[in-house]
Amino acid sequence: MTNTTPPQAPNSVGTPAAGGKPARVKKIVILGATSGIVLEVQRQLARRRWELLLVARSPQRLAALQADLLIRGASQVLTYSADLSSIAQHNGILEFAFREFPDFDTVLLAYGSMHNQKDSQTSIPVLLEELQVDFVSAAAILTPFAAELERRRTGCLAAITSVAGDRGRRSNYVYGSAKGGLSLFLQGLRSRLHPAGVRVITIKPGPVQTPMTDGLPHAARFADPQHVARDIVRSLERRSPDVLYTPTIWRYIMTAVRLLPEGIFKRLPL
Amino acid sequence: MNSSTQSSCGAPDKQSQSSATLHKDSPDPQPTEPVLSWGRYPRAEHRQVFRPAWNDQMPDILKAAAGSSLLPFGMGRSYGDSCLNSGRDLVQCHRLNRILGFDESTGVVRCESGLTLADIVAVFLPKGWFLPVTPGTSFVTLGGAIANDVHGKNHHCAGTFGAHVHQIALHRSDRGLIFCNPRENPEMLRATIGGLGLTGIIAWADIQLKRVAGPWINAESIPFESLKTFLDLSHDSNDLFEYTVAWIDCFSGKNARGIFFRGNHAPNCQKKFRAKHGPKLPFELPSWTLNRFSVRAFNAAFYAVHAAKKRRAVVAYDSFFYPLDSIRQWNLMYGRQGFLQYQCVIPEAKLPAFEELLDRVAHSGMSSFLVVLKQFGSAPPAGMLSFPRPGLTIAFDFSMRGEPTLKLLRSLDEIVQESGGAIYPAKDARMSPALFETSFPNWRDFVPYKDPKMSSSFWRRVTGLP
Repeated sequence: MTNTTPPQAPNSVGTPAAGGKPARVKKIVILGATSGIVLEVQRQLARRRWELLLVARSPQRLAALQADLLIRGASQVLTYSADLSSIAQHNGILEFAFREFPDFDTVLLAYGSMHNQKDSQTSIPVLLEELQVDFVSAAAILTPFAAELERRRTGCLAAITSVAGDRGRRSNYVYGSAKGGLSLFLQGLRSRLHPAGVRVITIKPGPVQTPMTDGLPHAARFADPQHVARDIVRSLERRSPDVLYTPTIWRYIMTAVRLLPEGIFKRLPL
Repeated sequence: MNSSTQSSCGAPDKQSQSSATLHKDSPDPQPTEPVLSWGRYPRAEHRQVFRPAWNDQMPDILKAAAGSSLLPFGMGRSYGDSCLNSGRDLVQCHRLNRILGFDESTGVVRCESGLTLADIVAVFLPKGWFLPVTPGTSFVTLGGAIANDVHGKNHHCAGTFGAHVHQIALHRSDRGLIFCNPRENPEMLRATIGGLGLTGIIAWADIQLKRVAGPWINAESIPFESLKTFLDLSHDSNDLFEYTVAWIDCFSGKNARGIFFRGNHAPNCQKKFRAKHGPKLPFELPSWTLNRFSVRAFNAAFYAVHAAKKRRAVVAYDSFFYPLDSIRQWNLMYGRQGFLQYQCVIPEAKLPAFEELLDRVAHSGMSSFLVVLKQFGSAPPAGMLSFPRPGLTIAFDFSMRGEPTLKLLRSLDEIVQESGGAIYPAKDARMSPALFETSFPNWRDFVPYKDPKMSSSFWRRVTGLP
């Protein structure tokens, strides 16, 4: 970034504060840790003294997150730098996670990409990239994690999809179909892993104020990331629901949207 | 809206283009984004608002910007136009809110500039550390606290916020990321403290926290009925109390009656602390809500309640330092027209001028509640354009009622000008270039340190420079 080396930072090795240790520290692998939607989730988990393995592309950003989360109370923060959209790099991620963070009990997939719909319907490379990032690579990285949790017969697998995946709309159907595909994938996984006692959570946020939605119309009215993070953390800690809509109002909105007959829906400028 | 590609993590390489820089491509040069300061006056339209989430996005934003087009923006708690950049661009820094390091042996913390003081307190007070200086609201960013060199109730013993900043890293459009500390770029450090965001964008800063025993304050409130009594109280308290401030009833004129508040951190109080979450004012109240009768009644009631109350109490830090933070968006109380803050400092030797100021407000029929009075200490200023200096400082807020309000403030300006006082830029939306000159006679020394791509509505208004 610059030609000067930064002076020594104040010693940033976080020591988990003393005090009542919870019965068992939860350990989570976060795929896409620098994603805007999950930053606040990580902080709330840190406050609850969770241990985290953060996976994202930029080493500098991971270093900043690591320092921040340790000071805010995380018991341990490991980082691994990789491009999740590239399936060739998945083996490295898995090896690192199984070796350095072996007894993780939760996996949260949080990365995604949203292109402008116009670009993704006119440019095949953009279309393919969107499907690759939001669906193909996500399915690819979730599969070995699912197998591992199934083998251990415990744990929780969660992924952030979107309300946009509940119904195809003219304004957003490429992103929507990738996220919708991921939702279906998770639904199947949930059914497969249920006998093994592994929980699978589909997280469907409505529009949230994150870098991904900056510049969209009405962005100021989108949900507060802190509110969404509270819902996500609660769902990670509890046994229900299987499909989390956040903020909750979106469960009702999307129920109504799904119930509209196709003959009417196709005429709506949504 | 535009051809923005956003990937939160996955997409190759596109991520390096920030959300913000991408918006540059949008063919929409018209000012569109309304952003308000805390006083909700003046109303300025901005061309675009960048919202970087990471410091590594800043060089691209700075590179793409035109000259004098950018201004960093934090929580928008400056009252007037010092945080606005009408017709140009803002860089909103609230997503740069990470704590990058903390040394438990010394209490030095390194934070990104968009972190709020509330967040710093929430993380560090449980570890036994508190802010060295805190303004009357915790909802300001670290960058804003430095850029306005804010002061607090402990100015007489701790000086301003800037005095506790060891080092900053500053994104400059002309020099990249530079480090400013007493050995390296010391003058740039002094220019940035109190520099109103004009010297560049702060990436992070090292600040010195101070050890405290807990969240409790041994507080006292003492009613007084004249300016003389206030001064005696203030002089007597300065050595014994870390925090002092007074509230006065603006209708009482120069026979100022009010309540003097003072306190120290409670050394060992085992009371259990629970953070409170107050209500939020959901919408603008009609502007007639605050009229001279309702405010007079409020002032009388405030005085009566505090005069009757027990003088000594152990109170939580938040109600002592941040009473107004308990009502979120209290600024909406002033209605659509917004309000103007007027904070000035007048040398103590010019006491008659100060009394004249109080009289003019009392006789104006303009109401102001929560008029705050404080005697500044004599610490040397930490920044080139720091506002605090020895003397009495007072802050009023007035509903914006158009010309009559502006006329009153101009008549107060005369007193400040004649007595060689100063106006606080963070609170100002209308001072004249001449009064700025009186307030900050050395402002031209600051100009070489200004970043060529930074500017603000305030800067253009008071200096006439781009």
